[in-house]
Amino acid sequence: MADNSYSWPKAGETSSLGKRVNRIDGVEKASGRAKYTYDIQLPKQLIARALGCPHAHCKIVSIDTSAAEKVPGVVHVYIFPHAKPGSEIEWQGELLVAVAAESEGAAVEGLSKLKIQYEKLDVFVDDANLAAAQAAKRASKGGGKEQTEREPGDDDDEKEFVNAEFARLFKESKHIVEGFYGIDAITHCCLEPHGSTVTWNGDKLLAYLSTQNVSGTDEGFADGLKIAADDVEVRCEHIGGGFGSKFAADYWGLAAAQISKATGRPVKLMLDRDQELKLGGNRPSAYLKVKLGADADGVIKVWDSEHWTTGGAVGGGVTHNGVIPYVFEPKNYRRSQINIKTNLGPQRAWRAPNHPQACAITQTAIDDLAARMGADSMEIFLRNLGTDEARRIGGAKPSVYKAEIELAAKLMDWKAKWHPHGKGTAKGSIVDGLGMALHTWGGGANDSNCNLKIYPDGGVETFCGTQDLGVGTRTAIALVLAETLGIPYTGIKVNIGSSKLPVSGPSGGSTTIGGVSESHRRAATDALAKINDLVAKKLGVAADTLVAANGRISVKGQPDKSLSWKEACNLIGMRPLEVTGSFKRGTPSPLSNATVGGVQMAHVLVDKDTGVVKINKFVAVQDMGLVVARKQAESQIYGAIIMGIAYSLFEQRIADSASGAFLNSELRDYKLARLGDIGDIVVEIYEPESERSRGVIGLGEPPVISPGAAISNAVANALGVRVPVLPLTPQRVLEAVQKAGRA
Amino acid sequence: MKNFEYAAPTTESEALQLLGDSSVSTEILAGGTDLVGLMKKMIVTPDRVVNILGIPSLQTLERRADGQLWIGAAVTLDTLLDSPYLAGYDAVTQAIRGINSMQFQCQGTIGGEICQRPQCWFFRGGRGLLGEGGQAAANGDNRYHAIFGNDGPAKFVHSSRIAPALIALGAAVRVIGGPSGRGPDGAEAESGEQLVPIANFFQTPRHERQRETILAPNQLLTHIVLPNPVGIGNATYEVRHGEGPDYPLAAAAAALRMDGGRVADARIVMGQVAPTPWNSVAAAALLRGRSIDETVADAAGQAAVADATPLSQNAYKVQLAKVAVKRAILAAAGLPTGGF
Amino acid sequence: MTESTIKGPGDPGFSRREFLRGSGAVAAATALQTHAAAANQEGQAAGPAIVRGETTITLQVNGESKKVTVEPRTTLLEVLRTQLELTGAKPISHDGSSGGSTVMVDGKPMSASTLLAVAVVGKKIQTVESLGGAKPDAVVKAFVEHDALQCGFCTPGFVMAVRAFLDKNPQATEAEIRGGLNGNICRCGTYANIIQAAIAVVKGGK
Repeated sequence: MADNSYSWPKAGETSSLGKRVNRIDGVEKASGRAKYTYDIQLPKQLIARALGCPHAHCKIVSIDTSAAEKVPGVVHVYIFPHAKPGSEIEWQGELLVAVAAESEGAAVEGLSKLKIQYEKLDVFVDDANLAAAQAAKRASKGGGKEQTEREPGDDDDEKEFVNAEFARLFKESKHIVEGFYGIDAITHCCLEPHGSTVTWNGDKLLAYLSTQNVSGTDEGFADGLKIAADDVEVRCEHIGGGFGSKFAADYWGLAAAQISKATGRPVKLMLDRDQELKLGGNRPSAYLKVKLGADADGVIKVWDSEHWTTGGAVGGGVTHNGVIPYVFEPKNYRRSQINIKTNLGPQRAWRAPNHPQACAITQTAIDDLAARMGADSMEIFLRNLGTDEARRIGGAKPSVYKAEIELAAKLMDWKAKWHPHGKGTAKGSIVDGLGMALHTWGGGANDSNCNLKIYPDGGVETFCGTQDLGVGTRTAIALVLAETLGIPYTGIKVNIGSSKLPVSGPSGGSTTIGGVSESHRRAATDALAKINDLVAKKLGVAADTLVAANGRISVKGQPDKSLSWKEACNLIGMRPLEVTGSFKRGTPSPLSNATVGGVQMAHVLVDKDTGVVKINKFVAVQDMGLVVARKQAESQIYGAIIMGIAYSLFEQRIADSASGAFLNSELRDYKLARLGDIGDIVVEIYEPESERSRGVIGLGEPPVISPGAAISNAVANALGVRVPVLPLTPQRVLEAVQKAGRA
Repeated sequence: MKNFEYAAPTTESEALQLLGDSSVSTEILAGGTDLVGLMKKMIVTPDRVVNILGIPSLQTLERRADGQLWIGAAVTLDTLLDSPYLAGYDAVTQAIRGINSMQFQCQGTIGGEICQRPQCWFFRGGRGLLGEGGQAAANGDNRYHAIFGNDGPAKFVHSSRIAPALIALGAAVRVIGGPSGRGPDGAEAESGEQLVPIANFFQTPRHERQRETILAPNQLLTHIVLPNPVGIGNATYEVRHGEGPDYPLAAAAAALRMDGGRVADARIVMGQVAPTPWNSVAAAALLRGRSIDETVADAAGQAAVADATPLSQNAYKVQLAKVAVKRAILAAAGLPTGGF
Repeated sequence: MTESTIKGPGDPGFSRREFLRGSGAVAAATALQTHAAAANQEGQAAGPAIVRGETTITLQVNGESKKVTVEPRTTLLEVLRTQLELTGAKPISHDGSSGGSTVMVDGKPMSASTLLAVAVVGKKIQTVESLGGAKPDAVVKAFVEHDALQCGFCTPGFVMAVRAFLDKNPQATEAEIRGGLNGNICRCGTYANIIQAAIAVVKGGK
């Protein structure tokens, strides 16, 4: 069928789409029946545990495994290829040796008997300290970009021209803000650590892998093990958190396969909790020095910043490209990036890569502009949007942000709560404050293929090599099928989570619901057309007069002229009707789209004497195109805000400058938000026809972007002092207040 | 975990017998909330684990005729929270509530709570109780470490959240087994059982073989004994980063005996600031003879931290300890604290 | 306010009038001891039995007696997950700070990850699976109705925590709910929905 023959029903005309329903695997998950990778228990399975390197930077001199091998219960000792004597290890926790044993206790005891000699090398982990990084020769240029509204003349030296322009622009600026802002690295901290349980059947590998990339990791195993990709099956029914960190088979997955091969037994190798934090992925830190100039209205005319960032020992970091300053696009800007190499584990994609950090280190500067002007922060954000015709902002349309700001302000009761920065009334030592931020994300649909089967008895079943990270993929698929076929979503069987199913893209970048909605709407539309042909013949009507709704296929306007869904399916014949649905990422489609905008506002309480910050209320207004599974979509937004509260107030990777050790890699030290920390969260999905008519757009990333800046701005509003670096720990709040008092 | 042998005695004497075998290293298991995790990480590797939960005398909670409250060491924290006997011991109740985890409260015992090992990340990261003789904390990240009593190798803070309250209230502990340890008069006790003022129960280890309490390997803490709380205003105030069960950044317990609106006697004990709970004689002295208001409480807070010796990164804890003392005093006097 | 308020030393009149949980604890210890005596062929001439190496014990799990083989170091969590096919309780942290392995022991929420299997002989152990089945518990239903789960890995522990909390506080207010469920971690951030689920269970009176 041609692409334009696919469409979504209009708002108000849907039976399943956008409805508030329970997720179809809810009871299974809530009662402990859902099986995760960590839960897989195969006959004769060995438990493997790995030793993480105790040093942040060292050379392996020697490894003696003999004592470990003698521990009762230990079956196999495996030295990772990168840990052979002579190898350089560049971060603490990197796995060196794995011990496979009959029990977890024996495996851990085996690890304790390993004798490894290390030669310690120089360590650098202090990523916030640019001067120290430069002194340690760990800093390098990471690129940058400069742009001026005026073009240089043919005879002008470009550099001199830009310098002169910036000097002029700052001179002409009515308000200038110079500031320092930062956000520490955090880890993904998946509650189910990375890992797998693997077993061989001859030359064929079956890997139960905790992955957000079911259809792509079979090749990862095949490449690493030098076997054919079609000899590998990866399965993942349920995954205990990924957030961008679980796209690969990982070297410890390959090790599990090799130990399994060597021992002839299934092997489970999951990272230990501290290894999960040290190796399982982290979000890069970023620190920024900026000078910005604005006109009398607070419209930013010039932006000049330098930021430094680290993705760990391997490179990466927060890019300057397209995100500094975040979303706002001043006509004149100069931004440069410095990369710092540390002795810490490599970064991995973390929900909305680059965006939360960029938002936190730049929209704070914009709020400081409001503070400098004595203006209402919301007013300054509004003035910098521009208009749909003359934009000052990227991503979503200025009119969308504007409408969302107004909606959020109403839900927050912003006008009534607002006071100028530092001018609130204290109750005892407690002051309150308001802050806001806004964000954008693409979220276009990913590749997705599905195989839809409709049985003669009316049963509907789909097969799709996607995965459910917790967003409710199964439920969204069932709702799309139910909507299209006019049947209840509850009886639909959704099979996902194996690499042997039709290929679907990895779940990253808010692309999954768009992708699976595409493939399934297409497959179901095509299937229904085939069934409608049969029904039309039976009823003696034209197929294009038929509609599928309420479990019946009937002639439009003549409900008595109809067949039940089951009767209609009876016409299929003896064998099920099988239809494939396919979508290729980037294809223009009436069903899906990209680019959303969102606005968030925080109201906080700060205890000035202790520096403790509490969230009182948080409002999120989010555009996401057309909503498929409303309840689950709202859950995504709640969850993103709670993650945001965590990284704004609590979470940080604490690396010890002296030893390079990742000190808080156990959960009691790695502080996350708890149920009592979240305040009142108000979620509003912004879904006017103008945005809904664009189709499905992913939601996983966008709402996690703004909390850092919104909360930091609220604390600045409460105190009249900027606490420059997230998370806003009591220590940092007190130190900022004390520093401001001295100044 | 290293494999170990396990025993569950049913009497105090059986327990002493099991603990007294000097051919094996032993650990006492009660709720397990701390010990099991440490064993899993191979930070603590005993040859023998002695589970004391099966000893009935350690499960008792008894109000004696003289008003003393005897709490068995194996009584769980939730049992205490639910007990009418805890009325009047607000400082204890508040400290237990602060733990903020039903699981820790239901599983953890009061004896275990006061004998728990330091949360110090160098210790728990496998670098020894003292963290390489104190060097790890002295040169490394010490944001959560001690601001008092940190001139020796021990820089960690004592973890117990209840101990400051118990000390402020003048509790004692019943210890059996011997012979080491000191009696209530501070003299060496011969053997058998002794009542030790809980203030003397804690010690700052000077080397790796010492522990954070005076308990010898062959001794058992059996009871905590609280004096009658009548007429004693008392409270615990913890500065907590968030609502999780992680440890406070600083804490204080205050006990005030009032006489005609003025403080007749006071005890102020800070927690999470030193390798032992930290008694502030200066704060208590300042309060004596005065009536409590915000200014007086603030002055006591100042006095409590006047001698603080923060490490390179934890000066902020001085402010937090000061505020904790101030607020504990205000709360003990039944006044609003003015903060969260 | 001086140490003289403490009597002692000595405790001749030690009272056993008010055992709180004494009888249960005695029974547990006896059960294990009997078993351990059988396991240790050489026996102990006197004094309490010492368990060494592998031993078979009987656990009361979800109303059934289950024979399992453990070492002293084996945790309850390991036994549930590897020998009894009860994988609802999850290994999330070693120190119980995540609440992921929450089970009820004699009706109280505890972390199976920090309980030794040998230490819970004779106690009634209830896992999240007992709240599922054909007629799911009100807490399970409320979690689903309020979408109080995402990836679901922390969910079984949270369900047990909410069940335990509401068993004890059936009329809990929202403020009490917010204050009473901080022993569990959810990384996906389902707390807002969990609060609503717990409120719904209170309103439903179950």
